[in-house]
Amino acid sequence: MYPDRKTVRRRRAVLGLLVAASLILVTASFGDGLRSIERGALEVLGPIQEGASSVLKPVRDAAGWVGDTLDAKSENDDLREERDRLRRELIAARGAAQQNRELRALVKMDQRLSLEDQGLVGARVFGRSPTVWYSTVTVNKGSKDGVREGDPVINGAGLVGRVRIVSGGSAQVLLITDGDFGVSAKINESGASGVLETAVGDPRDLRLKFLPRDDVARKGQTVVTAGTTSQRYPSFFPEGIPIGRITEVDQDEGTVHVRPFANLRRLDLVQILTEPAA
Amino acid sequence: MTTESVQLALRLAVLVLVAVLVQIAAVAQLSLLGATPDLVPLVVISVGLLAGPVPGAVTGFAMGLFVDFALLQTLGVSSLVLVIVGHFAGRLRDTVRDPGASLLPLAAGAAGTAVALVVFSLMQFLLGVEAPVSIELLRQIVATVLINTLLALPVHAAVRGLLGPALPESQRRRRRRPAPLSPLIQP
Repeated sequence: MYPDRKTVRRRRAVLGLLVAASLILVTASFGDGLRSIERGALEVLGPIQEGASSVLKPVRDAAGWVGDTLDAKSENDDLREERDRLRRELIAARGAAQQNRELRALVKMDQRLSLEDQGLVGARVFGRSPTVWYSTVTVNKGSKDGVREGDPVINGAGLVGRVRIVSGGSAQVLLITDGDFGVSAKINESGASGVLETAVGDPRDLRLKFLPRDDVARKGQTVVTAGTTSQRYPSFFPEGIPIGRITEVDQDEGTVHVRPFANLRRLDLVQILTEPAA
Repeated sequence: MTTESVQLALRLAVLVLVAVLVQIAAVAQLSLLGATPDLVPLVVISVGLLAGPVPGAVTGFAMGLFVDFALLQTLGVSSLVLVIVGHFAGRLRDTVRDPGASLLPLAAGAAGTAVALVVFSLMQFLLGVEAPVSIELLRQIVATVLINTLLALPVHAAVRGLLGPALPESQRRRRRRPAPLSPLIQP
């Protein structure tokens, strides 16, 4: 059934209005145009998202469990009942064990790099961007906890990102795999320093650029934060935070490919350095 | 404004809120085939197919705005993409021969997700994101389209269930085709 002309005109008017409104929003918010509104939105939506995240945690756990147990064999009804009960307990125990491992790794990293006096604030991730274009997560600590924009964020494996926007009780963290992220970095073994950037679309491939020509990078070497400031990337990062391992060296392009140590798809606990001594 | 329209608007508001929160707080943290399912375009497409181009476009705008606010993305980009997706899903309902066909949400979900992801990526390039078009990016888009295709029918059924009584009579239930007449008794 085709609509009459009046209906078609109304539809086109609504479409035009909404497209125009979207374009106005894009123009207004391009760059840092609507940062204060974004901050307000984070203030309002942060607690809602955190609540939803807590409520939906069993769904996430169940989905992960389904993935891990697709090949499980069927058993009789009594055993199934027993198994289901044990599984529920196991999921909770695994979550606790994972958290324990993460916390141990964090403490180890803090001790190794002497980060204890740099205003460490532990935070929990409760939201994340679903697209490869915006590699961000939202954490449950904000300006009330001393968190400021630009503060480095780490986990037990290494560098995770930096704080992008802060509200009272939460903050958005720009991950090291985001296109806007960059940090002065160096090869731990040789000391050669350059700038680490990301390739959008492949969160497991970072690029270390602008290395001195006479320095040779090798596969397997470790990349850490340089702790220096460049004009392009003012660094708030203390020296020596592990970032990743070199996986490939492209001599023609002068680019070194780095795989991050931190598993950014499964972030749960992180630490924010609120008084970084860069 | 009729009672049905008010009821539809209220149900759509609830749908937008719930769908975006579920996407951000749970679904976005799952990884299947190396990509993340994206329920947002699927919900917008289903609203377009069930309620028409205007509710589809308005829902797309609202969901896009909510997503951009919640994830602190450039405001308006998701809205623009989803307005277009919602409008054309609604137009599809008017132009296909059998809008009640069970595979329509599947095909529309796959095509709509692909369009949404490609247009979203193009918008990012237009906005000046300096990024190479890597094979991995294309693989992510293809994987997300595949996952969303699998999820299209359950999401459509859920949206139909939620909007249910507020939908126009013709969209409440799946249309059943009458049994074909025997050639012997055709008039």
